[in-house]
This record gives sequence, structure tokens and C-alpha cells, in this order.
Amino acid sequence: MNRWSYIIMRVLQVIPTFFVVMALVFFMVRLLPGDPTSAILGERATEAMIARGNKELGLDKPLIVQFGVFVGHFFQGDLGDSINLKVPVFRLILERMPVTLFLTLYASVLAVLLAVPLSFVAALRRDTGIDSAIRGMFQIGLSMPVFYIGLQLLTILGARWRLFPIGGYGETFFEHLWYLFLPALTLGFNLAAILMRNLRAAILEVLQSEYVDFARAKGLRSSLILGKHVLRNAVISTVTLFGLNIGGLIGGAVITESVFAIPGVGRLMVDSIFGRDYPVIQGLTLTFAVLVSLTFILTDIVHAQLDPRVEVT
Amino acid sequence: MAAPSLVAAQTSSRTRVRLKPSLIAGIVIIGSLVIMALVPNLVAPYSPTNFDYQAVLQAPSIKHPFGTDNFGRDVLSRVIWGAQVDMQIALFTTLFPFVFGTLVGAMTGYYGRWLDAIFGRIVDIVVTFPFLVLVIAIVALLGPGLNNMFIAVSAVGWITYGRLVRGEILTQKKAEYALAGRVMGYTASRIIFRHLLPNAITPAVVYWMTDMALGILLGSSLGYLGLGAQPPTAEWGVIIADGKNFMTTAWWISTFPGLAITVAGIGFSLLGDGLADLLRPKG
Repeated sequence: MNRWSYIIMRVLQVIPTFFVVMALVFFMVRLLPGDPTSAILGERATEAMIARGNKELGLDKPLIVQFGVFVGHFFQGDLGDSINLKVPVFRLILERMPVTLFLTLYASVLAVLLAVPLSFVAALRRDTGIDSAIRGMFQIGLSMPVFYIGLQLLTILGARWRLFPIGGYGETFFEHLWYLFLPALTLGFNLAAILMRNLRAAILEVLQSEYVDFARAKGLRSSLILGKHVLRNAVISTVTLFGLNIGGLIGGAVITESVFAIPGVGRLMVDSIFGRDYPVIQGLTLTFAVLVSLTFILTDIVHAQLDPRVEVT
Repeated sequence: MAAPSLVAAQTSSRTRVRLKPSLIAGIVIIGSLVIMALVPNLVAPYSPTNFDYQAVLQAPSIKHPFGTDNFGRDVLSRVIWGAQVDMQIALFTTLFPFVFGTLVGAMTGYYGRWLDAIFGRIVDIVVTFPFLVLVIAIVALLGPGLNNMFIAVSAVGWITYGRLVRGEILTQKKAEYALAGRVMGYTASRIIFRHLLPNAITPAVVYWMTDMALGILLGSSLGYLGLGAQPPTAEWGVIIADGKNFMTTAWWISTFPGLAITVAGIGFSLLGDGLADLLRPKG
């Protein structure tokens, strides 16, 4: 099987899972206590008002019919209208998504820039003071909540020393880089800690492998060994880890956007919860699920490209 | 004649088990947090909820080591009482997932076939959702609060334990002692619970420690966002949220509970790593 059919097959594999995901989100919203109509109309709604509201929203039809309508609309890019903002959910998500994507990508880049060199240093200086210091720093990073790191950075670097803006997103690309630096660092630090922990172990393992011994025996320069053999393997495990942690990254984005008042989908999610805006919550949950599935596929493909040992079956 | 000497050898090797300093540090940290959680009224110098308008926003001093908040409440006392809420969060976000996930993992690993296929599909679906997003979505539907948070986390969290135990059982059930059990005609439940699980449960127990730290991180994050414990409950995330508007003028309100979360997280990690070392088969 060649690479292309592998990619197509990987995409096809996701489709049934995704239908179940849609069904799950749909029925979860409808079966749990607290129905959308009473939420829209407020606590003082009468039975008659709720019945009329249900009819308007199509909630009086059998559940299975409602689900069919829901799936049909989904594939037309129609996720319903936001109750509070009175605009299509799809448009709302489309508007806010670039901010969140920018933030998460930025955070991932910062995480890699932090984790890769530091893991190399830690692994090469194994069991020295430097190693312990780096590991200690990241252990703290793993144990500290994202919102707390954000709050401290915001206060010290933003408000007290006025080095960075304390909110907003900016207009141009470079302004985005500037405005989102602290949020991306906040989010990236946590990911860096996860990457670092595994990368250090991966590098140590590679350093002790036979092919590195062989490369040394051949008399290759150590910079070449590190660059060609060790780095390649380190990158493979980083890609896999990144895929595994994309969910955590999105969750972290929800919190980071709330701390830094960034107008992305994460903040939209939290706002929608307090506004009991069910269509938005439902649309966002689905969108996040799509994003995670796509990332899984993407990391699998990149992994298969990088690592010749991966069997394409 | 040989039997007594064997026993003696065993006891002497047991007394020789040396606890690593990191494990001791973990035990001390988590031990003190448990004491704070059990008898906060004995440990805390002041009430966590009493307002004192004579002592509003006071910086850390001998009288108030962590300072006071905008209502004059002693921050140290609130952090100590917070241990009670956050240790409960650590326990109740992980207890059901640990027990249920272990059972499911043992069953699917042992019986395989259709049970395993169903479990595999559930895993596929659950990993598609970002954990925090799913928990937030469920909390959004059930309404904010600690109990709903426990339900939301439990609904998702058992998956990890299930996968861990399933993998272990898969390797253990091929071992000779398991086959011997089957040849002896033991029932499946006896083989699973008496023979396989004791050898398969270590990774799950170690992960449980890490998971408790994750539980506190999650619980305090939801508390901070207003979706977890509700004010005036002294939960660490809630205290941080209370103090966030005073960060530039009274940094101590939010800073100390944040350090408490961090220390708790480090404590659980040390405990988990230490247990992993202790429980790892020697040789």
C-alpha cells in the first residue's frame, strides 16, 4: 500500500467515529436535565410558551428526526443560531477560530523551541546539576495550573514591568506575535514540560542504541551523530507526543483565552456556558472533535513519513 | 528445615528496603495536606470565612503569614481550609475512574473479542474530545458545582485506567502462572482478581497518583473559571480568582493558593515516581 492510500484510509477510518461523536453530542445536549427552550425563555416561562418555543426550534419532533435534521444541517455548515448573539454559530466559530489556531500554533512553536534544546542539554549532561535544574523547572511547570502561570506572567511582565500588552489580539501578523507572546508562553510552557519529560528519555535511549555506537565507531563527528540520528528520533517522538496532547492544548487554550481576554473560540466556549447558549456549546464541542481528529490523522501521516519502521497497513 | 530460613531471608530483605529521599518528600507533602484536610480547624490560625474589616488587604506579616484578602480574611487559613476541598477533588475525581477503569480493563483484557472491540470504539470516541472541553461541556449542561464536576470527570477519566490495565492483563494472561490457573480449573474471576490483577495493577496505581495531581489542576481551573466549587468555598482556584483583581496591589491573595496547588502537584508526582520504583519488580 502506498502513502496516498494510507492517507485516504486513515481519513475514512475517522468517518464512523465521527458519526458516533455527532450522535453523542446531539443526544447529550438533549437528554441531560435543563432543556434549551426553558434556558432561552428564562425561569418565568409558562408551559404554553415552552411548547411554542419547542415547536419553533423543531424540538417537538421525534429525536431521531431531529438528529437527521441536525446531521443534514451540519454538512451544509449550519450549526444553528446562537441564542444570545443571534448570529449563525458557524460564522461565529469561523470568526473566532483563527485567533485560537494562531495561539495554539504559536504555543507549540515556543514549546518546541524550549523543550528540544533543553532536553538535549539535560540528556547530554545527565545526572548533573544542569540536568536536575532543567528537570526541576519543568516539574514545576507540570504542577502549576495554566491559569496561574498566565496570571503571574500577566501581572509581573504585563502590568508591573509593562513589557507586554495585557490583553487583546492586535491587527497585523506581527502585532499578533507581540500581543499573544505571554498567552502563547503560558500555554507553551505546559506543553514544553510534557515534551521535555519524554524527549529526555527518548534521547537517552537513542544515545545508548547500537546504531549510535556504530556511528561513533565509524568515527562520525558527534555533532553529525546528534543532528542526524538523535534529532531525527527526537522529532519523531515529539510529533507523536504533540498529537497525543493536542486535546490538552485546546483545553489549555480555553483557560488561557479566559485569563488574557483573547477573543478566540475558547473564551467563546466559557462565555456560552455562562450564557447557557446551547447551540454554541454544541457547535464548539463538535468543532473541537473535528480538530482533534484531523490532528490525529496529520500526526499519524507525519509519523509514517518520518519513521520508516511504521508499517502502513 | 529449609522453610524457616526462607522466611527469615524474606523478612530481612524487607527491612532492608530503603525509601528514596524523593519518596519521603512526597509522603511528607501529601501527608501534611491530608492532615490539613482532615483537621483544618486545628491547623488554621483563623476562620476561613470570618470578615475582619479592621484588617483588609494586609501584606504578609507575623500575624498573617500569607496576608489578608479584601474582606480581611486570613489567606493562610483559607489556603489550609482549601486543602480540604482540593484533596476531596483529588480523591473524588479519580476514585471512580480508578475502580471502574481497572475492572473494565481487566475484563476486556481477559475476555477480548467483542468486549474488547466495544471498548476500543469507546476509546476512539472519547480521545476525539479534548478532555477539558468535554468536562466543561458536561458541567455546562449539568450546571456548575463540585458534584457535577465529579460526574463529568468520572464519565471520561476511567478510560485511561482501562487502557493501562487492559494492556497489562494482555501480557500477564499469557504468563505461565495464568495458564496454570486455567489448567487447574479455577474460575475466571479467581484468575483475574487473585492472580492477574495483583501483577497488572501497578501502572494504574502509579498513574492514580499523577491523576490526583491532574484532578487538582482541573478542579482549580474550573473553580477559577467559576464552573467548579462556588465562592465563598475556600477552594484554591476560587481563592486565586477572588484575588486576581488585586494582583498588582495585593499579590499575596492569589500567589499563595497557586503555590499550594503547585506543591500538591509536586507531592503527588514524587509519590507516584517513588511508588513506581518500589513496586517495580526487582531483578
